[in-house]
Amino acid sequence: MPTFVRTDKCDGCKGQDKTACMYICPHDLMMLDKDGSVTGHAMKAYNQEPEQCWECYSCVKICPQQAIECRHYADIVPLGASVQPLRGSDSIVWTIKFRNGNTKRFKFPIRTTPEGSIDPYGNKPSVNMDDIGNPGLFTLPGTELKGDKSQLIRL
Amino acid sequence: MAEATFGSPQVIEEEVDILIIGGGMAACGCAYEMMRWIEGTDLKVKLIDKAAMDRSGAVAQGLSAINTYLGDQDPADYVRMVANDLMGITRDDLAYDVGRHVDNSVELFEEWGLPIWKQPGDEDKPLKDGGKPVRSGKWQIMINGESYKWIVAEAAKKALGTDNIQERVFVVKLVNDKNDPERVAGAVGFSVREHKVHVYKFKTCLLVAGGCVNLFRPRSVGEGTGRAWYPVWNAGSTYAMAALAGAELTMMENRFVPARFKDGYGPVGAWFLLFKAKATNAVGEVYMDKNKAMLDDYPPYGQAAVPASCLRNHLMMHEMKEGRGPIYMDTPTALAKLAETMTKKEIKHLEAEAWEDFLDMCIGQAGVWAGENIEPEKKPSELMPTEPYLLGSHSGCCGIWVSGPTDLGAPPEWSWGYRSMTTVKGLFTAGDGVGASGHKFSSGSHAEGRIAAKAMVKYALDNKDWKPELDTPVQDLVDEIYQPVKNFLEHKDYTTAIDINPHYITPKMLQFRLQKIMDEYCAGVATWYQTNAHMLQVCEDKLEMLKEDSLKMRAKDLHELLRAWENYHRIITAEAHMKHIQFREESRYPGFYYRMDFNFVDEENWKCFVNSTYDRKSKKWTVKKVPHVDLVAKATAK
Repeated sequence: MPTFVRTDKCDGCKGQDKTACMYICPHDLMMLDKDGSVTGHAMKAYNQEPEQCWECYSCVKICPQQAIECRHYADIVPLGASVQPLRGSDSIVWTIKFRNGNTKRFKFPIRTTPEGSIDPYGNKPSVNMDDIGNPGLFTLPGTELKGDKSQLIRL
Repeated sequence: MAEATFGSPQVIEEEVDILIIGGGMAACGCAYEMMRWIEGTDLKVKLIDKAAMDRSGAVAQGLSAINTYLGDQDPADYVRMVANDLMGITRDDLAYDVGRHVDNSVELFEEWGLPIWKQPGDEDKPLKDGGKPVRSGKWQIMINGESYKWIVAEAAKKALGTDNIQERVFVVKLVNDKNDPERVAGAVGFSVREHKVHVYKFKTCLLVAGGCVNLFRPRSVGEGTGRAWYPVWNAGSTYAMAALAGAELTMMENRFVPARFKDGYGPVGAWFLLFKAKATNAVGEVYMDKNKAMLDDYPPYGQAAVPASCLRNHLMMHEMKEGRGPIYMDTPTALAKLAETMTKKEIKHLEAEAWEDFLDMCIGQAGVWAGENIEPEKKPSELMPTEPYLLGSHSGCCGIWVSGPTDLGAPPEWSWGYRSMTTVKGLFTAGDGVGASGHKFSSGSHAEGRIAAKAMVKYALDNKDWKPELDTPVQDLVDEIYQPVKNFLEHKDYTTAIDINPHYITPKMLQFRLQKIMDEYCAGVATWYQTNAHMLQVCEDKLEMLKEDSLKMRAKDLHELLRAWENYHRIITAEAHMKHIQFREESRYPGFYYRMDFNFVDEENWKCFVNSTYDRKSKKWTVKKVPHVDLVAKATAK
């Protein structure tokens, strides 16, 4: 299901150097056609290698204009269906449209804390350099590791 | 200097103490742990990701479950499960070490904001306070994981600091030390956005660039090529770069052939484990029951409560080959059965769970169901074994041979000072990179990155005064990296059609050639995963020429340069896979591949690791047996 960009919605992320979809695509597929020489649509993004698209929807979810959708793989899937998300800060809503016109809608939580709120080391212990060569992690002292050592037959 | 252009990139040289190559779960775990340990030191760390950390690596899309959370269970039981699923040949020390650390990472994910399903009554009780998760299997817990990677990356990025992260640079080659060829001193890569080559020098690096996808011809070859089960951007970079630096690989004969919903490759775990669905042949027979006796051919791995993954494929493919396909997941029966004891509201909830399983981690499968009007309560869905994948973190165990923990009774030769270090000094790995373990999944990869982090800090401190010196002049490295660009610029005007030119080959066509060779001779789907010594010899000869021709790959832009190097990594990985299958004269993983000339499991002669090294000068592989040892008691044949 390669992604496609709708000409009526994409604004090229308002002329910034790179678009949100270019920023996020894990496989370097999204491109901004600055002068329209590739697509005929200047300042709009496009998927430059649809047959390498994993359908991870990273670009669909991040697009501030909701300009990106997916058209199911043409070599596999009958036409007419769509699966479209709307991702918020704490939940995502999915609309699934079947080929026969049926629709389903689901909403799932995605995060229990505000985006950007993680304090990686707040209220966490600092390290004891004497432990650096031992098992355990800075948040998990070696003395608290799981395991019934009697199960280890060569000790 | 003159402005950098496509053919003449700017060269940026940088020296750090520690480099992290990759941005996935293992890299994020490493960064999080490491930055705490270096607080009192002046060590400089940098992380390089070919994509953006928010959505890079195997968890980019999200996940619907965390497959490794031990809870009250003992790491020794986890070790037994890992070993049995991988047909007995795994490193118990490595699996045990992941098992005893992994829960701590999961508890952090929850604290950072990942929603984890809880048992009724425990909804507001965190795991770390004893909250009981919803298990979809003995080791798996269910999550709302759409933003799983986003959350884990946020913690890692904050720990690192923006200045210590470089995104959109693809590291393609490690550089050994000038004074010690068995030591790593640097790495080179290029920006996929700007005309820049980056040369890094360091004391130590973590190489965690994922497993390998698309080295075999996939079942879908049009637009569907991208619908790989594992992420299509995993190009074998971890294995190839390590091998070329001289690191010993292990179990590269192993592969994973997941049986998944056909074409979309959507997950089946929740359907089997949570909804208790059965897989059947075309006439409704449950092949795992019907063909149960076949499991006795492979004691003890077939006789466990959960037979090894490859053997489940073996029983499925027997039905297909006997002409009783397609294979179906009988979703209507499972849902009807659950409905007998559930309210309407509960059923509705269950339906949402079934869809979420896809929408969290394999949206494409939802697209297939929507396009084919499949409503699981009414219509069963086809299952199919996929094309082969190489990985070390999921139900596979190929990878790099690493130094293990010393307190678990492992043989002394399994440890050489620094946990998670490869046989190349200063080169560490985790996640998909670590061979002979497996079943770490997302959480275990994160934990393994953290375990490696400590050892790397220790290594960097122990080698504080050591100065890295590259064994190759920088200009030679730049020329090598940009060779595909040079091939293009030199020859592009020779023909009128840009893609058809006797002087170069496009990365795409080279990939097709690799996939055709592997599929037809190295036990791909074309031969029902079967090969033999003769076919492997043909494979070897063809790969040899392909490797020669890889020097003639062209790159017409930076995006194609990315693809060129990914495919070069795939070739080296494929070659390792082929050499190992050639060496192991048995069929250790029936259902994943068959050596038809040795179509049996030979416990007496082959219950051992197979390890290999690549000589980058002679371009030859050396392959050998390494004894296997159990550290926990295992089941024996019944």
